[in-house]
Amino acid sequence: MALLEVKNLEVYYGVIQAIKGISFEVNKGEIVTLIGANGAGKTTTMQSIIGLIHARSGEITYNGQLISGMPAHKIVHLGMTQVPEGRRIFSELTVYENLMMGAYTKKDKEKIKENLDEIYALFPRLEERKNQVAGTLSGGEQQMLAMGRAMMSNPDLLMLDEPSMGLSPLLVDQVFDIIKHFHEKGTTILLVEQNANKSLAISDRAYVLENGRIVLSGTGAELLASEEIKKAYLGG
Amino acid sequence: MNFITNLIGGLSLGGIYAMIALGYTMVYGIAKMLNFAHGDIIMVGGYTILVFTARSVHPIIAIILSVIFCVALGISVEKVAYKPLRGSSPLAVLITAIGVSYLLQSLAQMIFGSGTKMVQGLDLGSFSIGSLKIGVSTVVTLIACFMVMIALNLFVKYTRIGRAMVAVSEDKGAAQLMGINVNFIIMITFAIGSALAALAGTFYLMRSPSMYSTFGSLPGIKAFAAAVIGGIGSIPGAMLGGILLGVVEVFAGASVLGPYTDAIEFAILIVILLVKPTGFLGKKRREKV
Repeated sequence: MALLEVKNLEVYYGVIQAIKGISFEVNKGEIVTLIGANGAGKTTTMQSIIGLIHARSGEITYNGQLISGMPAHKIVHLGMTQVPEGRRIFSELTVYENLMMGAYTKKDKEKIKENLDEIYALFPRLEERKNQVAGTLSGGEQQMLAMGRAMMSNPDLLMLDEPSMGLSPLLVDQVFDIIKHFHEKGTTILLVEQNANKSLAISDRAYVLENGRIVLSGTGAELLASEEIKKAYLGG
Repeated sequence: MNFITNLIGGLSLGGIYAMIALGYTMVYGIAKMLNFAHGDIIMVGGYTILVFTARSVHPIIAIILSVIFCVALGISVEKVAYKPLRGSSPLAVLITAIGVSYLLQSLAQMIFGSGTKMVQGLDLGSFSIGSLKIGVSTVVTLIACFMVMIALNLFVKYTRIGRAMVAVSEDKGAAQLMGINVNFIIMITFAIGSALAALAGTFYLMRSPSMYSTFGSLPGIKAFAAAVIGGIGSIPGAMLGGILLGVVEVFAGASVLGPYTDAIEFAILIVILLVKPTGFLGKKRREKV
């Protein structure tokens, strides 16, 4: 059964239609990627799913429950979360405080501690710098913090919006390794990426977005082999 | 000896300004709006105390009732006047706040008339140490203000809601992604600001027990200046700015510059804005696109 289902989603900014009726689903245990150029509507789609912006029409269901129109903080309580574009860590809070904000929906102290230890084991740099103000971290460390913060809520569905943006190739590899690690732990992943090569390689399925429409879909391997994709996104 | 009396008086008045300034600065930090009706919450608090003490209610109970009433009023004003404007232009919200301010002042005039009324029962007398004569209310104000400020700092630093307030003030969207109900946090912020305003009104009445419909305007605008001097949005900044203005006011008032006290205070604001536009502890914020 689909964990997340998007049906005929249409989103407007004022009179401009950013999303022109897209439908897709993410099944439990999958890694699904939305790829597309700048302005294709990837971030808009992600923000509509989590409730930060509201769609004009269409239905979004999560675990069979209708979530379109719900405020973001309630959707997060249902067990999904998002690593937003540009990381958006709390730069005035310390690394530790940022991670604890990620566990805001959680009440069980022992479980929180357990999650925290797990995040620290995965990102030793964050533990080294736990009392440092997050704004002073490097870009790569901030991306790790944003991912760790999201995982503190133990989500069933983790959405990542361009996690590799602005990172060096070495760090990009690390980010994809961590996404794979979260996936192996049983987290369902919805990924938005411009790095089509790397994201398709780890995806079960993918959708290609162009000007607010889905123009192509298939398994990660199919899309990697597709001539159109090669031309448009993989540089030949 | 005069110096010590003035210093205690100045710190105590500064504590009052700081408490009001905290209301401005917290609301600005979290809801990103200037609540120009904040001073009038002080006035409503003062009239609440007047109503109850005139009916021989014990002053302490009158103060508690005034805090409760102001919290309810602050939350209602936010719900009715500001919440529907969330996301609209800052100017619309600003004008609305000024409208609420005049509304509250006019209501007070309709109910209590335009004359000055004296509040009874808040005079705590004074005591002497050697040749030093100090008002009990001055000392009570000083201690209470510092306790409130310490409590507020602990609240923001160590409670779940306090941490959520910091997160909302930094990035509303990211805070929502953490599962924080932003509307609830804004409501709590208005409640805390209004409670502080009611307490500040009480202490201001202890200094001069006369009530009138624009009772909150001058301390309100001075506290706003204090919040800007300290760096609007910054909690320690509001405390610093408030105490600075209070001390300056008392010392200037006791000197030959006495008649120019208000002018001096606002001149400080202008100088600070020229030299450091973000105030002492304010941060330059990048506007996110």
